[in-house]
Amino acid sequence: MTDTFYEAGDPVVDTQAPAGPVENRWTTRKFEAKLVNPANKRKKKIIVIGTGLAGGSAGATLGEAGYHVIQFCFQDSPRRAHSIAAQGGINAAKNYRNDGDSVHRLFYDTVKGGDFRSRESNVHRLAEISTQIIDQCVAQGVPFAREYGGLLDNRSFGGTQVSRTFYARGQTGQQLLLGAYQALMRQVDAGNVELHARHEMLDLIMQDGRARGVVVRDLITGEIKNYTADAVVLASGGYGNVFFLSTNAMGSNVTASWRAHKHGAYFANPCYTQIHPTCIPYSGEHQSKLTLMSESLRNDGRVWVPKKGGDDRAPGAIPEDERDYYLERIYPSFGNLVPRDIASRAAKNVCDEGRGVGPGGQGVYLDFADAIARLGRKTVEAKYGNLFEMYERITGENPYEVPMRIYPAVHYTMGGLWVDYDLQSNIPGLFVVGEANFSDHGANRLGASALMQGLADGYFVLPTGLGDYLARTTGLDEVSEASVSDAEERVRSQVDKLLSINGTRTVDSFHRELGHIMWEYCGMERSDEGLRKALELIPALRKEFWENVKVTGKGEELNKELEKAGRVADFLELGELMVIDALHRTESCGGHFRAESQDEDGEAKRDDEHFSYVAAWEWGGGETKPVLHKEALEFEYVHPTQRSYK
Amino acid sequence: MKLTLRIWRQKGPQDEGRMVEYELDDISPDASFLEMLDVLNERLITEGEEPVAFDHDCREGICGMCSLVINGTPHGPERMTTTCQLHMRKFKDGEVIDVEPWRARAFPVVKDLVVDRSSFDRMIQSGGYITAPTGTAPEAHSVPVPKADADHAFEAAECIGCGACVAACPNGSAALFLGAKVTHLGLMPQGQPERWDRVVSMLETHDEAGFGGCTNTGECTVACPKGIPLDVISNLNRDFLKATVGGKKK
Amino acid sequence: MAVTGAILVGFLIAHMIGNLKIFLGASDFDHYAEWLRTMGEPAVPRRTVLTILEIVLGVSVLLHMWSAISLARRARAARPVKYQGKKKSNAQGYATHTMRYGGVVILLFVIWHLLDLTFYAVNPKGSDATPYDRVVADFDASRWYITVWYVLAVLLVGLHLRHGIWSAFQTLGLRSPRNNNALRGLAGGLAAVVTIGFIAVPISVTFGWVS
Repeated sequence: MTDTFYEAGDPVVDTQAPAGPVENRWTTRKFEAKLVNPANKRKKKIIVIGTGLAGGSAGATLGEAGYHVIQFCFQDSPRRAHSIAAQGGINAAKNYRNDGDSVHRLFYDTVKGGDFRSRESNVHRLAEISTQIIDQCVAQGVPFAREYGGLLDNRSFGGTQVSRTFYARGQTGQQLLLGAYQALMRQVDAGNVELHARHEMLDLIMQDGRARGVVVRDLITGEIKNYTADAVVLASGGYGNVFFLSTNAMGSNVTASWRAHKHGAYFANPCYTQIHPTCIPYSGEHQSKLTLMSESLRNDGRVWVPKKGGDDRAPGAIPEDERDYYLERIYPSFGNLVPRDIASRAAKNVCDEGRGVGPGGQGVYLDFADAIARLGRKTVEAKYGNLFEMYERITGENPYEVPMRIYPAVHYTMGGLWVDYDLQSNIPGLFVVGEANFSDHGANRLGASALMQGLADGYFVLPTGLGDYLARTTGLDEVSEASVSDAEERVRSQVDKLLSINGTRTVDSFHRELGHIMWEYCGMERSDEGLRKALELIPALRKEFWENVKVTGKGEELNKELEKAGRVADFLELGELMVIDALHRTESCGGHFRAESQDEDGEAKRDDEHFSYVAAWEWGGGETKPVLHKEALEFEYVHPTQRSYK
Repeated sequence: MKLTLRIWRQKGPQDEGRMVEYELDDISPDASFLEMLDVLNERLITEGEEPVAFDHDCREGICGMCSLVINGTPHGPERMTTTCQLHMRKFKDGEVIDVEPWRARAFPVVKDLVVDRSSFDRMIQSGGYITAPTGTAPEAHSVPVPKADADHAFEAAECIGCGACVAACPNGSAALFLGAKVTHLGLMPQGQPERWDRVVSMLETHDEAGFGGCTNTGECTVACPKGIPLDVISNLNRDFLKATVGGKKK
Repeated sequence: MAVTGAILVGFLIAHMIGNLKIFLGASDFDHYAEWLRTMGEPAVPRRTVLTILEIVLGVSVLLHMWSAISLARRARAARPVKYQGKKKSNAQGYATHTMRYGGVVILLFVIWHLLDLTFYAVNPKGSDATPYDRVVADFDASRWYITVWYVLAVLLVGLHLRHGIWSAFQTLGLRSPRNNNALRGLAGGLAAVVTIGFIAVPISVTFGWVS
């Protein structure tokens, strides 16, 4: 059966992770990695795509180290990358609270939280580096929240029982990103980083099997340009926008990753999608994105729905004994702080039972009445004031008086381009950092870990592996005319094609329809039947797109429709691969829940015997099927158990 | 809702530009302002016209990419709100709404409502940072920061770099943006060594970019979607005077 | 702006106190006017101190104007294309927006005022009269329009001060959230005192309370 939608390929192995005790591996790798002579660094050119936490920190660090960095972002300024929207915080195993935290515990929590689908070596390294990140950010002047003694404050976050999350009110991502951005701009001023804003990468320049440059489109003039280098780093973020409605920024896209995938880079675990439990519900057809309310709200808010279905009384009119605080009931030890996937699915379940609240019954209450009574309105305001304001602006309701309504929405994608321990993809010279790679979160990411991973990759991990590659790769030929013009030609012909179709449907209408298919059949709960249906719908939609899309304007100007069209074209291909990945993985794990694989209580059932591997997909060339390469996962330190948060 | 929009259309930097009127029917009051423009653009595209170009990205009020002067006020009539978070329920049915780009020499129009704000990046580049090469940082708790300072610094650091302050200022000054960064970094102990060079260098870049001078009209702080207070400009002035007249800048 | 403004505010206060001497009678007022000229005697010749003060004032006014003009020119240059729709003002209130044209009107007033009571060119009485007589003749009820013009100008000066004094502290970096209310009070209070102090004289003459 499987062979009908994919081909089996050879296993893939991460050859870069050292053996030995897990706590020594990173130290060993740093020592064994070859170094680039400082005098030679200036001559090495590195292209970085994206300026979020991973890209910004990478550009700043590589520039500081003395490399010649050429960096791109599609926004008008590097400060606008979507990392800026992360609200809650960043984890670090500082154990400032003396509550039993340690590198090992953060490692353990992250492997367990990822539902045993991540690499122990990578996760341990991440936990080790976490403490350095906080030091680095404090040194940059990031205004973290502090206690009256002047020391850093911490809070706890979903999925953990220790308080290890550092934060800057509800805008931690913003403050960390601005720290990285400012460090990056310092390098721009120093002449080490050549920055190109409003440029979008549209293809990879390959030579002798190595990544040697990129083709970009200048989004202001429409000019197609090429840049060559010794290595290319993708820090282009996740692909949650394949769902059209998500908490991603409107411009977030998979294009850089996908075009690299089409050159042979493996795309790993595309089906692992994180659905965030606390978003503001959908309000109508005009909706262009969903807004996330920080998960930290679950620290003090209580989630409930009416016990009876179809109860349309105002929330305040429903007496206490007719409310079902379902998370506290089902998961007494974690209560409202269960991991995201569990909280999301539980919300979906109660809504499917007809107990959802608000328009369309697609919502649950997140109630702060108890917190306000216990802590006082002032304390609640100090902690969550800006989130409450945001909620009120969007919905017109005051959460100090009426419980918030929340519903899950696509938020983060754990999958991404396959990389080894050095963050290098299977294309030599192509490195992938941050959300764009698949590496550290397994099948589910814990709260406040995305910022940690992005900065760990950019500030600390990438420079080691990239330096090693550059030191070992000497005497590369100049990039040939032919390699460049091939890539440019591909980009030009796609642009021309998109502009020439002149059909009747807008790009957004295709995107919306794709998103609907993905959410319906490859969303919170996936089934064999639904996925197979999606596998019929997506290629048909893609076919229609290439025959009937309408893109106005010209290629040689600022043309936002053309930009969107290119991205949606890639989403239409990625969506299919996600469905194939979801279909082949018949177990449930983390952010991937298969209806067929659950226990009698409706909890996800993993199948370690058959699926304890990373699924790394090779592009089949469009006409032929994708090829599956498996990377086996081994667990020496954290032994797989069925997760239980009861 | 029924609306009449008068939108600034300008093909490119060299084009003259003009206001063009569009009628819209059937807009949901729950739509955001940008979603209302999405609806207009979908219609324009199906009618074979060029959609209105405008900047936007996160649509949750934090990236600072959206702009638009709506009825004479940057980010529209609702205080402390970016255009992307402004909802149509704040407008009256049948209202006529003027939509223009930020207008400043330092923010030249690229197309329609899209402007070039790279002058903000250049200001940050000229000193809006703390030099802390990766790997050199001391243990985070080695320097305590009084909570009041950290909180105050955070309030200044909340700036999203949207440029509404400049758009609102009758002088086209970016003093609020500049003051916010100078205040944020000047309040942190880590920011002290570069404090005096920073303020002088950033102010020079500000003036070179073609922004106007501040006359303390206070329009900026009212337009600021993050409510950055005017105090940051007082701090900016104080640090500048100390650095120059006071001879702190070596 | 702030420094020259501060000098001019100091001058206004002194000038106002001098003016109020008119309520003590003609001899006090004339004596005060004479004292202005003899200040510093016999250490320095007659009118030395006054001349120095006049120069400082003149230079302050010029520098104040020069700053204002260069700020205005920068402002024009900073926004080459104006807003097409009506640009709304949402901040601070009326005083802030009268600074520029108010300043121009105040300048015109100062010129007239000098022609009137320093050079006597537009005064009904000439240089032969006493200062007291000149003031009384100036604001005679039959010349009510002069009084109105004078009052309007002083009101503008008041508005100018209300924003200007607060603004000077901001420009010098001396304003903080903690002293903001105090500074607003100071600016408002000084502006009110100066306005009332200056208006008192012409009104009193016009209504015949001083004759």
